[in-house]
Amino acid sequence: MSNESRKTLIKNGTLADGRVCDVLIEDGVIHSVAPTLTDPEAFVFDATSMIVMSGLVDLHTHLREPGKEDSETVLSGSRAGVKGGYVALSAMANTSPVADTAGVVEQVFRLGKSAGLLDVFPIGAVTQGIEGKVLAEIGAMADSFAQVRVFSDDGNCVSDPLVMRRALEYVKKFGGVIAQHAQEPALTLGSQMNEGIVSATLGLKGWPAVAEEAIIARDVLLAEHVGSRLHICHLTTAGGVEIIRWAKARGIDVTAEVTPHHLLLTDESARSYDPIFKVNPPLRTESDVMALRHGLADGTIDIVATDHAPHPGESKECEWQEAAFGMLGLEHALSIVVATMVETGLLDWSGVQNRMSVAPARIGGYSDHGREIAVGAPAHLAVINPKAPYRVDRDQLQSKSRNTPFHGMEFSARVMATFFHGQPVFQEGRSA
Amino acid sequence: MKHLLSIADISRTDAIKILDTAAELARVSDTPMKKLPTLRGRTIVNLFAEDSTRTRISFEAAAKRLSADVINFSAKGSSVSKGESLKDTAQTLQAMGADAVIIRHGASGAPARLAACEWMSGAVINAGDGTHEHPSQALLDAFTIRKHLSQGREDLQGLRIAIVGDVLHSRVARSNVLLLTKLGAHVTLVAPPTLLPVGVESWPVSISYDFDQVLDSIDAVMMLRVQQERMSELFFPNAREYSRYFGLNTDRLNALHPGAIVMHPGPMNRGLEITAESADSARSVIIEQVANGVSVRMAILYLLLAGDTSIEAGL
Repeated sequence: MSNESRKTLIKNGTLADGRVCDVLIEDGVIHSVAPTLTDPEAFVFDATSMIVMSGLVDLHTHLREPGKEDSETVLSGSRAGVKGGYVALSAMANTSPVADTAGVVEQVFRLGKSAGLLDVFPIGAVTQGIEGKVLAEIGAMADSFAQVRVFSDDGNCVSDPLVMRRALEYVKKFGGVIAQHAQEPALTLGSQMNEGIVSATLGLKGWPAVAEEAIIARDVLLAEHVGSRLHICHLTTAGGVEIIRWAKARGIDVTAEVTPHHLLLTDESARSYDPIFKVNPPLRTESDVMALRHGLADGTIDIVATDHAPHPGESKECEWQEAAFGMLGLEHALSIVVATMVETGLLDWSGVQNRMSVAPARIGGYSDHGREIAVGAPAHLAVINPKAPYRVDRDQLQSKSRNTPFHGMEFSARVMATFFHGQPVFQEGRSA
Repeated sequence: MKHLLSIADISRTDAIKILDTAAELARVSDTPMKKLPTLRGRTIVNLFAEDSTRTRISFEAAAKRLSADVINFSAKGSSVSKGESLKDTAQTLQAMGADAVIIRHGASGAPARLAACEWMSGAVINAGDGTHEHPSQALLDAFTIRKHLSQGREDLQGLRIAIVGDVLHSRVARSNVLLLTKLGAHVTLVAPPTLLPVGVESWPVSISYDFDQVLDSIDAVMMLRVQQERMSELFFPNAREYSRYFGLNTDRLNALHPGAIVMHPGPMNRGLEITAESADSARSVIIEQVANGVSVRMAILYLLLAGDTSIEAGL
């Protein structure tokens, strides 16, 4: 990170609302926004024909530290994040040890601070050891230095309805939210991929859509009953979108996320038996993908979250059923959202800014993030060139892992620069 | 065609070529000097990561009758059972110069992974992968059906075949559905709804939950093995009830069309999916299936490995 200048002038960029203007940053804060600004002392970034938006916020990231530093660390994940335009990541709790105590969440928080490229907000486990039985020390994590507000057993579903009810009630004390990985375990024992035509042919054990939808339906009703806030992680099914739509219409305080891979890929990719496409929840059908895109467009689905899940090579260079679930997301999420939502006419840039920055910051309670680009706001910005085609190369990633299913795909929108507290933490073409 | 991974990958013409070649090779097997020199000096590895005596010895017999060198690499006591990855195993086989690997594996798609990876270059023959496919079994079944019922036709046009039992977990059923329909047969799957995969409606078959209703309208009935572990997984209440609705007992045997044949890929659970009377009846071609298996597997090895690797090169 360069500290040469306390001033940066982003010239001639297009804001998400369509205004073309200059943005002057001073001491990490937006100093002025106007059609034409000059400052001889400032480092100048020419953003002609580029979009300047509030920096991206991910509500669902696996940074693997502590415990699985061979796949990712807070530092390598931060580098991947800023390359993807992110200025805030939410570190999932399924580390080793699990982030179920104040000690672990503070450790992750401090690792984020020392990496210094973006904000790392730890997510706390709902239950001890993410085992779904006994509540973790939710209050202690909330009161810790890390000030945790989002709690999730992600990787596992909080499947016991009483545990889920209690967790939802308990976080009301400080306005927290439970982020549920919706997967009824009894319906998905040993499951490998979406249950349907493709799984029938491939002989891979199916993960039925109903196993996700049954939990979503139950949990929106629980959230309504106790008057608490629920977030549904990685929604994948058309039926799930319908349930969320119904719940919101009913006034239930529920939000939902979709991942870039579920917006782009289908279960047809499993026909290769290449476990690079193995992920939980699984890739679904074309009609699910379309329902997710439309749900994201109309706001039923509030946000895009990456579920960035790094794995070492040996976890994927094997038979499908032996392979680990999960794929990388941070570095290409924006490109994929543009390809699936903007280039298809479903979402405009203001919508992208909302789904990838404003809304996730609001759900997570990250008050410094997702702010309007206006005088006095912290200068957390992403600069995007919508027409800078590139091909994904798994050997050119910032992540420590290579398990990207997007290898070889071409996308047109590219993150050109990321500013965190006014500092250029990433610039395309320059090494970090 | 370099590998044999799935029936979906082979054309009707390829399939008939394999059956015709098997018929040719069966004649050789009937002579006192059973061996052909075709694959002399070639190394074939039987990689059996899952127990299977009959398929392994069938392939072994087929390879030996073609004079190939056969290395058996079975799960028990090998590095495979000690947690060695498929990648390491494949690289080991490559280093040993295997011309072909015949693989039986508990994971669906393991042969496809071997064939697609850069870890080894030899031909890969799927000898049964998880609940996916068992192509050589389907080919030997088609060979057996053709021999008995096709009246000189090269394919199975118009024949009506019922496949009965645990279709959900059956690689034999998947390969047979693809192959028998490719060859013109009409296939009916007979099973309790719990033992049919979600998505089966996209298959080119008829579905019946009632075995008795199909008995007088089929030319061949193929019984599938019911694995003991399905009992505890709630697919049906108990063995007695399964047997009552889906077992091939004497009454059902007698209700079959005259001339209809009874098949089973083995090993059988006598008394569960098939009674001893049915298995040993004059209609049963179960033992013949085993004999035909050697000829069909010889044909597969012959066409994949002898000279030109293209199956079109033929004899």
